Amino acid sequence: MKRAILAALGLATGLAVPATAQDIKVGLLLPFSGVYAALGNDIEAGFTTALEQFGSETPATFEIIREDTEVKPPVALGKAKKLILQDKVDVMAGIVSSGVLGAVRDMVHGAGVPLIVANAGNDEATGAACSPYITRMSFSNGQVNRPMGQWMYDQGIRKVYTLAPDYAAGRQMIDGFAQTFTAAGGEIVGQEFTPFQKTQDFGPYLAQAKSSGAEAVFVFYAGGEAISFVKQYDSFGLKADLPLYGSGFLTSPLYVNAEGPAAEGVITALHYVPTIDSPANAQFVAAFTAKTGRVPSEFAVHGYDAGRALIEAVKAGATDRESLANALRLVSFEGPRGALSIDPATNNIIQPIYVYETVAGADGMTQKVLAQLPAEADPVNGCEMAAPVSN
Amino acid sequence: MSHDIGFWTLQALNALQLSMLLFLLSIGLTVIFGLMHFVNLAHGSLYALGAYFAASLAAVGGYWMGFFLAPVAVAGVGMLLYTGLIKRMRKSGPMAQVLVTFGLIFAMLDLTRIFWGDLALAIEVPALLEGRLAFLGVEYPTYRLFVIALGALILGALAFVLGRTQIGAMIRAGVDNDAMAACLGINVERLFFIVFCVGCALAGLAGAVAAPLLSVTPDMGLQILIPTLIVIVIGGLGSLKGAIAGSLIYGVVQTFGAVLAPQLASVLIYALLAAVLVIRPVGLFPAKG
Repeated sequence: MKRAILAALGLATGLAVPATAQDIKVGLLLPFSGVYAALGNDIEAGFTTALEQFGSETPATFEIIREDTEVKPPVALGKAKKLILQDKVDVMAGIVSSGVLGAVRDMVHGAGVPLIVANAGNDEATGAACSPYITRMSFSNGQVNRPMGQWMYDQGIRKVYTLAPDYAAGRQMIDGFAQTFTAAGGEIVGQEFTPFQKTQDFGPYLAQAKSSGAEAVFVFYAGGEAISFVKQYDSFGLKADLPLYGSGFLTSPLYVNAEGPAAEGVITALHYVPTIDSPANAQFVAAFTAKTGRVPSEFAVHGYDAGRALIEAVKAGATDRESLANALRLVSFEGPRGALSIDPATNNIIQPIYVYETVAGADGMTQKVLAQLPAEADPVNGCEMAAPVSN
Repeated sequence: MSHDIGFWTLQALNALQLSMLLFLLSIGLTVIFGLMHFVNLAHGSLYALGAYFAASLAAVGGYWMGFFLAPVAVAGVGMLLYTGLIKRMRKSGPMAQVLVTFGLIFAMLDLTRIFWGDLALAIEVPALLEGRLAFLGVEYPTYRLFVIALGALILGALAFVLGRTQIGAMIRAGVDNDAMAACLGINVERLFFIVFCVGCALAGLAGAVAAPLLSVTPDMGLQILIPTLIVIVIGGLGSLKGAIAGSLIYGVVQTFGAVLAPQLASVLIYALLAAVLVIRPVGLFPAKG
């Protein structure tokens, strides 16, 4: 009798487990080698931090399959196919390079697999090339820089010289800024796009900027180029007469310590800095630092919020590809960056933008938030898709 | 835009600074090729390695420790490469050499990533060379002037060694006709070894010097390789004169191209390269022989 009861209980729990807790297969498509490996690692660490922190809010379990894109579009497309067809993932997350996003876009859209973009900022991806299956939890190139035009004008700056690498992101970042700055009444007195990843010496461009009659310089550079640029800008002694502004990636926490004192006083705009004063951010910074030993970068927060968005979507009752895609478009929560939501018209994130100054702190360089600019939805930009179904 | 004389002085100095950095790299590569007929595409990786060694050493013992020891360390790596790989590859035609050293680039790239990580490193400019000097009516960063001076010094030293000393005569003889040089009792094999190590040390020095100017990233060796090869093709293989001429041309075209025709900046140098290959396929100042 006792044995029969035990067997029945065992059977019941055995049956109960698959019935209540589902297993969500997540394909993480990130660069773990190549020029963006540091970004890929930060995003992955952020993503797993979110699953550890919020995973208990839902009975579902998450199985993660990582694939390395090598920042090569053809490689990434192959890996995306593998994740979709062979591993049969329910949802994908990641993508650092916009080139890679462009390559996998049609595959993802055609197969109807939800993709949470955790970096790639190309405006087109949530514009003309938008898809109901692609939700961006990171930023768009224009979004980060647009508020800076009005802000700099309000600081009394009227003439600006701009510099950026000559590729899609560089042009979109500068265009976003130039649009609002000229609309406010400012003037772009000079604009140069330097050969992407081929420019090591910015000396010639810096001399140009100096003689342009500008009151300030606005730039976008990232990674190694950002370090070279900031150091060379400082070594030419331009910072005193010609203050340096830019897109916040220029002085990202990921490499601001390599820039050192040269970055002091540079004022930039970004959607996240680790010094945002809020309980949600404090919790994130503590968890991420305990896990990795570094301060989280904007890339880490992309991964973290992508993981959080996935959990929110599962909590809302999504179980398969179709329902996850729909639910992801409806998520909204208070994250380290502030109040986040998804714009139903484009599937791009709506988030506040922070203007920050890089200052010397107790251990290395840190960020001082000067202003929080209100969140704005991107222009629709040719995106046509049906609104998400709310339940 | 007002371009006064100071602007052009500044740009001329920029051009000179870039030229000298490239000169340090290309001279090693070109003499190795001239003497050994060996194409070492991994030369750029040695430059990156120099920068990484310098960054690590600078973190321990300050900039100058990195500056002096990084070239020695890179020469050590060069020695290993020579005895382990390159000596065996000497007799197997250029195609195999190119493939092996090309593969070496990626092996070294991943090794630097494993040892130093993906994040870019940086070295501070030493206190002595910080700030700017007023110079010909412009203010120019002291460290960049130091790079120019160092390049000129190395150029002078190499010109003296190659042109006025016995070992220089032996190297020139080896470049001109290695079989004949060997018949005259010159130990060409040992000469190769020395030249290879000095070439590696110069690449390491270039890396150490470039590190405070640029950022130290795993792919910096790949980025510098193409400019270095362009310098050698324009200047002509195997000669000091070719290396310095090629470097100066590259520096001037790149710098003034960026100023005068920014849209064409990245194309100009390749157009020049194509022109040189059509008009003078051996380069402007090739070594005789």
